[in-house]
Amino acid sequence: MSEHDNGIEREVMEYDFAIVGGGPAGFACAIRLKERQPDANICLLEKGAEVGAHILSGCVMEPAPLDELMAAWRDDPPAICVPAGRDEFRFFTKTRSFRLPTPPQMHNAGNFIVSLGELCKQLAAHAESLGVEVFAGFPGRHPLIEGDGPAARVIGVRCGDMGVEADGTPDGRPGPGFAPGVDIHAKTTILAEGCRGSLAKLLIARFRLDRDATPQTYGLGFKELWRLPAGRATPGLIQHSVGWPLDHKTYGGSFVYHLDEDRVYVGYVVGLDYADPRFSPFEAFQQFKHHPDIIRLLEGGEIISSGARTIIEGGLQALPRMDMPGALLIGDAAGTLNVPKIKGVHQALRSGMLAAEHLAAHGSGEGYDAAFRASPAGRELHKVRNIRPGFHGGLWLGMANGALETVLGGRGPWTLKTHADWNSLQNQAATRAHGAQAAMAAHWHAERTLAPRDRLASVYFANTVHEEGQPVHLRVADTSICATRCAEEYGNPCTRFCPVGVYEMVDDGAGGRRLHINASNCVHCKACDIKDPYQIIDWVTPEGGSGPNYQTL
Amino acid sequence: MSRVLLIADHDGRTLNTGIARSVACARQLGDVHVAVFHTADTDAPCAAAAKLDGVSRVLSVSNPANNAPLAAVLAPQIAELANGHEDGYDYVLAPSTTFGKDVLPRVAALMGVPQVSDLMEVIDARTFKRPIYAGNVITTVKVPEGIPVLATVRIASFPSSGQGATANIVSATVDAELPTHTRYVGLEESGGGDRPDLQSARCVVAGGRGVGSKKNFDIIFRLADKLGAAVGASRAAVDAGYVPNDMQVGQTGKIIAPDLYFAIGISGAIQHMTGIKDAGCIVAINKDGDAPIFEAADLGLVGDLFQLLPELEKALDAGE
Amino acid sequence: MKILVGIKRVIDYNVRVQVNRDGTGVVKDGVKMSINPFDEIAVEEALRMKERGDAAEVVVVSIGPEAAQQQLRTALAMGADRAILYQAEEEVQPLAAARALLAIIKAEDPGLVLLGKQAIDDDANQVGQMLAALWDRPQATFVSGLEFIDSVARATREVDAGLEQIDVELPAVITVDLRLNEPRFVKMPDIMKAKRKPLDIRPFAELGVEMPPQLETGLHEPPPKRQGGIKVESVEALVKALHDKGVLS
Repeated sequence: MSEHDNGIEREVMEYDFAIVGGGPAGFACAIRLKERQPDANICLLEKGAEVGAHILSGCVMEPAPLDELMAAWRDDPPAICVPAGRDEFRFFTKTRSFRLPTPPQMHNAGNFIVSLGELCKQLAAHAESLGVEVFAGFPGRHPLIEGDGPAARVIGVRCGDMGVEADGTPDGRPGPGFAPGVDIHAKTTILAEGCRGSLAKLLIARFRLDRDATPQTYGLGFKELWRLPAGRATPGLIQHSVGWPLDHKTYGGSFVYHLDEDRVYVGYVVGLDYADPRFSPFEAFQQFKHHPDIIRLLEGGEIISSGARTIIEGGLQALPRMDMPGALLIGDAAGTLNVPKIKGVHQALRSGMLAAEHLAAHGSGEGYDAAFRASPAGRELHKVRNIRPGFHGGLWLGMANGALETVLGGRGPWTLKTHADWNSLQNQAATRAHGAQAAMAAHWHAERTLAPRDRLASVYFANTVHEEGQPVHLRVADTSICATRCAEEYGNPCTRFCPVGVYEMVDDGAGGRRLHINASNCVHCKACDIKDPYQIIDWVTPEGGSGPNYQTL
Repeated sequence: MSRVLLIADHDGRTLNTGIARSVACARQLGDVHVAVFHTADTDAPCAAAAKLDGVSRVLSVSNPANNAPLAAVLAPQIAELANGHEDGYDYVLAPSTTFGKDVLPRVAALMGVPQVSDLMEVIDARTFKRPIYAGNVITTVKVPEGIPVLATVRIASFPSSGQGATANIVSATVDAELPTHTRYVGLEESGGGDRPDLQSARCVVAGGRGVGSKKNFDIIFRLADKLGAAVGASRAAVDAGYVPNDMQVGQTGKIIAPDLYFAIGISGAIQHMTGIKDAGCIVAINKDGDAPIFEAADLGLVGDLFQLLPELEKALDAGE
Repeated sequence: MKILVGIKRVIDYNVRVQVNRDGTGVVKDGVKMSINPFDEIAVEEALRMKERGDAAEVVVVSIGPEAAQQQLRTALAMGADRAILYQAEEEVQPLAAARALLAIIKAEDPGLVLLGKQAIDDDANQVGQMLAALWDRPQATFVSGLEFIDSVARATREVDAGLEQIDVELPAVITVDLRLNEPRFVKMPDIMKAKRKPLDIRPFAELGVEMPPQLETGLHEPPPKRQGGIKVESVEALVKALHDKGVLS
């Protein structure tokens, strides 16, 4: 079977269920579906060159949902898997740190520090052994929708074309090795792309799934794997901090997870609702590493890999409707992460399993949204719904509110609203007037000595690769704004919020400036799609297999 | 003293420059004989080999079948020479040129022994360092006792031997059955009147984003022509459209090891440095004195390239 | 004509390889594995020959761990007809690999053997040449162009001096270089079809290879870090320093 589209003939493959995204939610759904309906035809698309290549997460995992899904995992744990030990929560000033009581949500007894990328490889192998067809290197590029208006229905996804050459137009032209992406038709399409999925974004808009939700909010997370001099790591130790190098108004904090074999995960998360357009999240992370407590740990060690990824933080009030005709959103493509716990994996697994159970029981995804909200995963989100928004007033108010909400267990009758990240930037005039966060950088260290030296070097440790010559997958609707309005109003914040230096303003050779996009640096974090103050950057999937190749992150 | 047989790479007129470097390695292992396989009228490389310091004897093997560097024809002769000639050799070496890489494994298989590829450092008589994973890892290998050591020599790792020797040239006859299933057709030489090939050039001049424009890149080409060098570019310069993709040096471009590399207006990102980590001497010219390139360059010059390059051209003229 | 293509499972070209903690090898946890890129070019060339009508069957063979099935499946998805894995969990050095391939040739009787010029893990660049010697057949290495006239292959070889052409009588061993072709993208429906193509897994011992002397591999270490040199103050000083180093000819 084939279908014509713009003169390109495409093959069509028919499935009962098509899942987009090889993360915990997607695999949980695939595995549970196969268990309930062994005869179902299920395919799972993953844009990374292999499963796990694009997976980035802290990650201290609550094991119960995984025990439920794949009990054997404990006998054959992923390449990095260390039982959680002691928890430490500290407040940092520039030169010192103070022990804070660990918030109850952040206790980790019984949990595991794992490499989520490695865990996903094991989930993939399990899914394949059950008969799920896993296609790595094949991005879902376009949703396929049939009918209009109230009759509109998702009927599948079109995979990205391979071998497209850049020719100055957004879509490029077929190159010598051109291979058109196939159309996958499915009774139900399940979007499990993780935070800010490109198809989920289109479908949320198309079906107005967020009409009853407050704006979605996000964080930007960085993570590095280090190998330390022998004996310095304390396997299982879990350290978190708030405070320096962020000011009190900026939401964020650090994590250091101690692994075996002298390795540690070091990471940092910054709320993308920060206000100062001059702020650089990457630089904040690198500054953090030079705090006396941290440099003492890392100095003399060696960076092994690094990556960055946005985190969905809106919680229950920002959660879009998770079902639509013909399709479901699961995991962080919808936003099931528990922010106060800083954990999303157990929730993603639960939402995937629940989706499968719902589909098996009802024959369609209709009603999944209500089922999720009523489920333990939905109730968990309800309990903590007011904690992250409480930080809108700064760190101390947020912590006080968090304590209150914890005591109440979320039973208070109020629900705090969330605010969109893209319009949270103050323009330069306002920033200068307030001077607020600009002061932050003044309290940073002048010089850094730990790797990576700069964002380009961090790209190196992410092993990111994009086939040269393909069209730019970061589509900027109107680049004339960059040199004019944006330069004036915000000073081109894209050149700072991007964790890998994709965006650069360069000399245009005629006395002016123009935007230059280093698309091949992209680690698919989606920060630009979220934070750009004009909402004119559209992140689309590049050629299959492009992007980072994370190792044991 | 151990006996080392080094196989000459030549084109019938001149000796490959890799031989002088291979001799520097070979003489660390023992008494060096260089074998030159040639026809009656292409024996000039024998004399060149005899001049190399550290060579004690040149074995001239003349045979009409040796009119071209065909591995299938040469390997049986080399194996015969290595095994049989005056009690045999302890070592058989060839430079790790495409010639040496082609022929020596065929010899090793005929002799039933393993081969060490790209020998870069001699640890002891049977233990060597060699690069693997495109030079990202160095490993140590040991050849077991009781068999001859066969190795190709990574020529970039050794200096050239001097040319003060006067070794004897001895003609050797080798009795081996030679196949006819492989026939030489011809060679289309690269380079010629144009600039040398980026991958194999001894000297490379490369420009980066700092060059500023496609037009400004002329200044890079001019210096390259002055030096007889190939021209390369950083990824930033390629991305900016100054020069085509095939000139890119670095992780996603070409990995090169010239004797002399000029990095001009190149900041020196890790991705670029990966492509030149084996270069002999790196010269950096950049206006930013804090650029990472200076942390790896042998010689750095901070300043405006548009002022310094013309000065450099002049200084080179004066030196000629 | 039947074409036999040898492929090796190696750490993917895009992975930054790192030495493991005790220096006994490189880090393989969580590392992406692929078909050796030169071998993939060999598979592509064989498939193009088949599509042109120069070959009737393309058989891919690998010697390696059980997991090398993945790479053979990929070759089948590209279009190879069948695959054989001789399972060996331990490293097989080039001469042993060449002897093993010779045993496979005796059984399969191909008209042509295509291999990559070298594997990007050990960078040995030996197996094709060794196999040709043991088989007593011609070899063409570093091949970037290939034509066939009756039972002779004209190979264009990328040698240091330029492009060399040689004629080799078939059967022969051809080892391919980067510029020979650009391998195709694997298509999703072909991945499905590949699951139904024959893939034999046999123990390496079945080949009855007489093991040759082995190189002993010792310490692995990262290459020495390049140290910065000196900054000079002027062009004159630069030219003088270059002359002193003897790098200006």
